[in-house]
This record gives sequence, structure tokens and C-alpha cells, in this order.
Amino acid sequence: MGVTTLAPNSADDPLAYRPVALVDLLDRVLATGVVITGDITLAIADIDLVRVSLRALIASVGALAPPEPEAAP
Amino acid sequence: MTTTSDPVRDSGTAVWLHGVVAGTATPAGLPGIAGTPVRAVAAAGLVAVVSDAPLSEYGEAALRRNLEDLAWLERAARAHHAVVDALSRSGAVVPARLATVHRDDDRVARVLVERHDELAGTLARLAGRAEWGVKGYVVPGATPRIEEPAGGGGAGAAYLRRRKAQLCAREEGQRVAADGAAAVHAALAGYAVAARRHAPQDRRLSGAPTAMVLNGAYLVDRDRWDGFAALARELAEGHPEVRLELTGPWPPYSFVAEPEAEPAWA
Repeated sequence: MGVTTLAPNSADDPLAYRPVALVDLLDRVLATGVVITGDITLAIADIDLVRVSLRALIASVGALAPPEPEAAP
Repeated sequence: MTTTSDPVRDSGTAVWLHGVVAGTATPAGLPGIAGTPVRAVAAAGLVAVVSDAPLSEYGEAALRRNLEDLAWLERAARAHHAVVDALSRSGAVVPARLATVHRDDDRVARVLVERHDELAGTLARLAGRAEWGVKGYVVPGATPRIEEPAGGGGAGAAYLRRRKAQLCAREEGQRVAADGAAAVHAALAGYAVAARRHAPQDRRLSGAPTAMVLNGAYLVDRDRWDGFAALARELAEGHPEVRLELTGPWPPYSFVAEPEAEPAWA
């Protein structure tokens, strides 16, 4: 599994193969697969796992990331 | 160690579900969520692939806490995915959502019996297919430049006019990219067996330099993977206003549940 950039960008190698990005993985393992609910996780199903986890992620990452860059004047 | 911890609830082992496969599959040798090898729980002609999960880390209270911990979440997501991915390479799998935890094997077996028809139907629908992801990002400057407006006033007024023009150009770029993304998604969905759009990723998470306008997932027959990638390349060339990225093949995480209505942001 990897990432292929399909349009030219500033990357050195636009066809570079990169490992699975955590954010892509979380889109899938948290937001989907709801066919089965475990009896332990059933108890916390009232909490939206996606929201809880992404809130944690943004809090963790947001503390490290610089503010959104402004467009160059 | 706290005085409020309940030794009965905090000790012992629960069962983490990785996914469900057809009864003929025999997973072996894969490390599970907590490192011990995965096991097969068979019932009703289906096999649940599970691994032992200590309650001290995967019980209800611990999960609540741990899901808020980025390092824990990443490790768990990658460990879970490693199993699901390996299973998907040898046949159809219904991946379980992260943190699907049962008290014991009997409970898991009961789910296989109770949900047999739905699970077997999903396995049949996913057989010979995999998921591909296509993400699209705004390309800055892909729209025609807005002429700098002329006008009187001092340097302050000129700055404000320039700033407003920049903001308009940015909004226009977003709109054009969103339209391009919709066209790309429609074309890819037309080629795929099924398609859905995930919510765009937050830039603080994706690290992308520009906003995401497409976070698509596409279920594609194995013998059409090359054609799908070729179509994506063609669309990338035809839509310079969107930068596209292809990811995959993924286990069919996004296509376990029956198709639902497109969410509001789609």
C-alpha cells in the first residue's frame, strides 16, 4: 500500500512510494466497520470514537504545528 | 495504582476483533493487537480473527483514556491494520472498526451466529475487490489571476484592496477546486463498484500545504485496478485545478456498511 502523487508537485519524486499515513488509516479504521459492536465497546458507543480520537489528534498535533500559513503578499 | 481500581474489572483478558473471514480461511502467525498471535473463533461457517487484549489496557475505562492518546492510537491503529491488511491479501475480509472488544470468545461466536446473513453477504460483496483512495487538494494559482483593482486613496486603502482581491482569489480557487473534485469523484465512482466520500482531512493532521477538497474511497474489482489508476492519472491531467493522490490497495474498510446517503459536506 502506498501513496502515488498523480499530478506534478514540488516533491522530489512525484511517484515516490510512501508508507500509510496515519490520518488516512484513521479515516478508515475509526469511521467505518460498524457492522459489529463489541460488548465492551458497546458501553462507550455513546461517545463517537471518531470525534474523540480526532479531537485528541488535533490537540496533540495542533500544539506542535505552526499556525496556518498566510498567502504570500 | 489507585485505590478506586477494581481488580476484577482491571485484570483478565478481553478479545479484540480484527475482522471476519470466510470459514475456509486459516489465519496463523500474525501478531495481534497486544503482540500475541491472532486466533480463529469459528461459528456458523464464518471465522472471526481475534487476539487477546488485556483489560488493563483495552477495558472500557482504559479504552476511553487510550483513545485520547495519540501515540497509543497510532500503535493500535497500525497493529490492527497489519492484521486486516494481511487477511485481505488472502481473501475477502470484513474489517472490524478499531476498538471492537468482546468479553470472551463465546460472545464473539454468538455475534457470528446472530449476524451470519449480514456478514456472509458482506463477504460475498467484497470478494475479489479492494478499496482505493483518491485525495484531492486545492492547487494555488490554478485560477486566472484577478487584476489588481485601481483606485485612489493612500497606501492603507491600496493594501486593503489588494488584501480583498487576494481573499477573493483564494475563495475562487477553493470553489474551482471543489467543482473539479466533484467531477473527479463522479468519474471515479462511475468506474468503481461503489464509492463514498470521507470528510476532508484537517490540514493540521494531513500536513498538506493546501486544503483538501476530495477524500474519496472506491471499491474496485481486482482486474480493474490498472484501469482505475489509469483513469485517476487521466483525471489528474484533465483537472490541473486539483492535485490528486492515489492510495491503495486498502482492505475494504470504507465499504463494510451498506451504502448510505451522501453526507451533507459531500
